[in-house]
Amino acid sequence: MTRILLTGNRAAAWGARLARADYLPAFPITPQTEIIETIGSWIDSGEMDCRMATLESEHSMITAAGAAAATGARVFTATSSQGLLYGMEMIYTVAGWRAPFVLVNVSRGLASPLTLEPDHNDVLATRDSGFLQIHCATCQEVLDSILMAYRLGEDARVRLPVIVNLDGFYLSFTREPVETPDPAAVDGFLPPYDPENVRFRASAPLSQAVVVLGGSPYSYFRYESHLAALNALEAHEEIAEEFARTFGRTYGALDTYRTEDAEIVFVMMGSFATKAREAVDRLRQAGRPVGCVRPRLLRPFPEEGLRRALAGKRGVAVIDQNISMGKGGVLYGELASALYGLGQAAPVLVSFIGGLGGRDISAEEFYEMAAVTRSAAEQGTAPPPRLLYTLDELREVRKLQAIAHVERQGLGEES
Amino acid sequence: MKTASRILGTALFLDGFEVQDAPRYGAERRGAPLFAYVRASRQPINERGVIRRPDLVIVADDTLVPMPAAGVMAGLGDFTVLLVNSQEAPSVWKDRLNLKGPVLTLPATAEDRQELRFAGAACAGAAAALLGVVSRGATERAIREELGPLGAEVVAANLERALAAFDLMAGHAGCVQEGTEVSASGYRHPEWIDLPFEDARVAAPAIHGAATSVEVKTGLWRTMRPVIDYSRCNRCWWVCSSFCPDSAIGVNAEGRPQIDYEHCKGCMICVAQCPPHAIEAIAERAAAAAEGGRP
Ligand code: SF4
Ligand code: SF4
Repeated sequence: MTRILLTGNRAAAWGARLARADYLPAFPITPQTEIIETIGSWIDSGEMDCRMATLESEHSMITAAGAAAATGARVFTATSSQGLLYGMEMIYTVAGWRAPFVLVNVSRGLASPLTLEPDHNDVLATRDSGFLQIHCATCQEVLDSILMAYRLGEDARVRLPVIVNLDGFYLSFTREPVETPDPAAVDGFLPPYDPENVRFRASAPLSQAVVVLGGSPYSYFRYESHLAALNALEAHEEIAEEFARTFGRTYGALDTYRTEDAEIVFVMMGSFATKAREAVDRLRQAGRPVGCVRPRLLRPFPEEGLRRALAGKRGVAVIDQNISMGKGGVLYGELASALYGLGQAAPVLVSFIGGLGGRDISAEEFYEMAAVTRSAAEQGTAPPPRLLYTLDELREVRKLQAIAHVERQGLGEES
Repeated sequence: MKTASRILGTALFLDGFEVQDAPRYGAERRGAPLFAYVRASRQPINERGVIRRPDLVIVADDTLVPMPAAGVMAGLGDFTVLLVNSQEAPSVWKDRLNLKGPVLTLPATAEDRQELRFAGAACAGAAAALLGVVSRGATERAIREELGPLGAEVVAANLERALAAFDLMAGHAGCVQEGTEVSASGYRHPEWIDLPFEDARVAAPAIHGAATSVEVKTGLWRTMRPVIDYSRCNRCWWVCSSFCPDSAIGVNAEGRPQIDYEHCKGCMICVAQCPPHAIEAIAERAAAAAEGGRP
């Protein structure tokens, strides 16, 4: 076991290497490319025994990943943002094959307008696909979650593909100390995959019957996938326990921080949640009992755990780094449904949208969200959802709009 | 700068610090201005993203200072130490930028091409010394680790510059003070606003303009200038023009390649690609001085 500085991307590549992935279908996209470049260089140097294939699009890449998984190979692939969306048809399709593999998504906001920096609308677009989702907050967690994701996806109770998500820039290009586990220990934790009846073989052509006409068989298959995804909660708990025993790091479906005696709790996903932790420490220094809950698993959604962690709290600030147009924050909606029916024990939920397209969230904003949530709890009603956006930011936009106006005038589009 | 941040990050890590280092860049890579940051602490680091209140700011290319888009002065506080890789005296920068905090300069390595390549290592060495908590030995090991794959010669050359800069700054060791975090009692409230609805004619992300890339003078990014030696250019099949990522090399009626210096960003791809090696790289500062000003 050695502790070295790794970017989130390289940590992901290490995860694939230690998991002894057999096959890597690849297509480049910022900010993910460093993952496939790193694995490619290890294959070249003989440090990793893996077959890499460069495909002509993410649609083909995800098809290749699913097809290879259906031969019983251990498959790793990675993409980001527009790439994930380009492969979306196959994301849903391969999940239905019930052939597990791991796809790393490096979150990046979606067009339009185009950006490179992170938010979670890309990965959330796959929410209902049948892929399980693990969201990471540190580079160490990226590596560890990939190892756990193979165990989870390959578990006989589950057998579904898994997306491991990390934020672009904030993790992908950021180096942090990461412990790379001993390969022999990983082999013990993650033995070769037993594909059971999944057995496509070269030179033995078969076709897989996947067309059903009529809603009845269709409903059966779809609901079975749902039940398998739900089973992943129990499976994850066991796997996490074994992981902790083997490697000394504990990962629950929820990452809870100083919540036991907290009255106000931040709930958010991804790497920005470590900023929330920092704010929790400072708020505690100032005498405010605040905590933080970070769902690592988004699918399956750990509803029972959230109820346990949040029942009896006074207020919850849900910080969504995504937006569903015409509804609001996705996590807010998910959490509200999970907490429905708690009666007196239900905390007041306050919805915040922040960090879109990598827009930073400052320490002061965390403090303010805690204050707003506290006063909402005292009044017993939540204010309307709030976008984290300052007057200065609007002024900047106004400047750009002034330029746009002049341009349009110049083109005669406007007087 | 990415390399410099990694050298500094690794040196801190080797001396027992928790570390976070990261570069920031947009869609443009080669030749575009970029910055990188390093956080270090004795405790695990939870903070993330761009540093809002840096304790030390290092500018490797002093021509970026006056460019607002480069934002090199962002977050500079009264106690932030500013180190500029520059020929000019610290007092000149202090006056010019109207700064209260300490300013230091590292005599510029940007004068000739040979030295420019080592600016990152020199900055990292200087920074390590200024922090006062990183040993010379860790700085040396960090350079070996980060640059090792590039070969012994590169390591030796960078080591020489980095350690020279480390020694040069030794007199200022420890001048960088660890800033305090914003307290949760008595902080400045964010000026949040409720974003108003606006008509799609205003709120759609569309600016219609023709030939906008002409307006962006990417030539200002250049630290090295490619110059074609027409006595050696054999007008091949205009490899330079085909490879230039910014379409900054045109071909005139006589079939001669011509570089558009307003837009050549100085990536040096043409220099590397020209089959008869007819394109030379000259330090921009020297070229501009010879002409009496920047293009
Ligand atoms: S002219 Fe040469 S140095 Fe300039 S941008 Fe084009 S390829 Fe790069
Ligand atoms: S690549 Fe070299 S030889 Fe060919 S046109 Fe350009 S400068 Fe001339």
